[in-house]
Amino acid sequence: MADFSDLMIHHPETAEFWQALEEGRFLIRFCADCEKAHWYPRAICPHCHSAHTEWREGSGEGNIYSYSVMRRAETPYTIAYVRLDEGPILMTNIVDSDLEAITVEHRVRLAWGHKVDGQTMPMFALS
Amino acid sequence: MSIRGKACIAGIYEHPLRKAPDKSVAQLHAEVALGALADAGLTIDDVDGYFCGGDAPGTGPLSLIDYMNLNVRHADSSNIGGASYILHVGHAAEAIAAGKCDVALITLAGRPRSEGLSKGIVPRTDNPVQPDFPWESPMRMTTVNAYAMCAMRHMYEYGTTSEQLAWIKVAASHHAQHNPNAMLRDVVTVEDVVNSPMIADPLHRLDCCVVSDGGGALVVVRPEIAKELNRPKIMVRGGAEAVKHQSGGTFDLTWSAGALSGPKAFEEAGITPDDIKYVSVYDSFTYTVLTQLEDLGFCEKGKGGAFVSDGNLISGVGKLPFNTDGGGLCNNHPVHRGGMTKVIETVRQLRGEAHPAVQVPGCDLALAHGTGGNLGTRHGAATLILERQ
Repeated sequence: MADFSDLMIHHPETAEFWQALEEGRFLIRFCADCEKAHWYPRAICPHCHSAHTEWREGSGEGNIYSYSVMRRAETPYTIAYVRLDEGPILMTNIVDSDLEAITVEHRVRLAWGHKVDGQTMPMFALS
Repeated sequence: MSIRGKACIAGIYEHPLRKAPDKSVAQLHAEVALGALADAGLTIDDVDGYFCGGDAPGTGPLSLIDYMNLNVRHADSSNIGGASYILHVGHAAEAIAAGKCDVALITLAGRPRSEGLSKGIVPRTDNPVQPDFPWESPMRMTTVNAYAMCAMRHMYEYGTTSEQLAWIKVAASHHAQHNPNAMLRDVVTVEDVVNSPMIADPLHRLDCCVVSDGGGALVVVRPEIAKELNRPKIMVRGGAEAVKHQSGGTFDLTWSAGALSGPKAFEEAGITPDDIKYVSVYDSFTYTVLTQLEDLGFCEKGKGGAFVSDGNLISGVGKLPFNTDGGGLCNNHPVHRGGMTKVIETVRQLRGEAHPAVQVPGCDLALAHGTGGNLGTRHGAATLILERQ
């Protein structure tokens, strides 16, 4: 990827999420009709297909649902699925943590300040 | 409408090359097409239906139909990744049953190895317009680390071990030693697999399939036509497809879409997993085989580790011989798409044309199954049950 803002040309639906992340706020998309959260964020609720979806502040906390340390990379990194306390599971990286201490169901919280192609990304660290 | 008994696989061909720097992708498609038609005893003028997947260069099937100068009245480029060709057999049977074509040609070909594309360990370069792209690509999701997360969760929930996964590779290598075209012909041990370098926890180098050029083709025909050909009659007994995805973030990584397609295919065929004498199962990674065998009902969910251990998948040794050509783990994995070769080896087994060292005696009912896309995010599955008549 070049510049993340180029990518956002294709994704106006979630521009607010990425902007909020730059401002230090982690947003989760909820449905005002069925009251369920979902991931990744959409204008149309994937659960009940209502268009009445809205951003709410997320706790930024959850548990590791699964993970894998990419040993083959020049600098090993950890991809993970984190189940947010609000319910949905998101794909992320585990950062600022001892790679050998990562386990399934370990508690994690949002780790700020990690950028990819100039954009802050929702990455997590072991609690 | 059922497709049971509505179509037969009359021709198969697997390209012998594993590296093809001197051939174009379209040329490989044409070579496998002509090979499968010759195997069936048909000519390219007999083809009136054409099927291809995402490996076909051009817009859907258009460029290859043009290149091969086909004259078809039915075309289908359904793409669910590597399992597409298993799904195409079902779609071809549906088209034949509906009277849309009589002789369907399905091709797969490509040359990632010659083009230097070792796709599994590099982050995806999918279309940035697809809605999931910004949520996955920046996290450096690759094929292998996404499948690894499935295996990791399976291990957590069911106690599956790396040694158990290794048995799948061991079985594949026992079969590949008899295949002169296989890329990896050395028999390996459980220790060899678990001591090979870790790629993405918990998947080692030998848990991963090979990368190869090449391809394959199938010819699916109306039963009346199959009867007139001088080949064993391999009938479509049942087939089904399914898609599993992230369900808005509420998914369970420990099962695959085979849990949805498998029961439907068995119902259509009117049989159970106990009736199956041989299986071809997509083996992008050892773990892929394990979850699919569970999902198809060959063993209980979570018991796959014990089921695949101690040579249970080795022909002549275990209860469920699988991938007797060596599969993607040892033989080939043309264009990162293993579905085509799964059908081809299933047909060889039913015809009694597998290598004598791995031929399953009295093989009259067999299953080919695959998943395509990514088990860790969203994938399609296709199950095909074939019968020798």
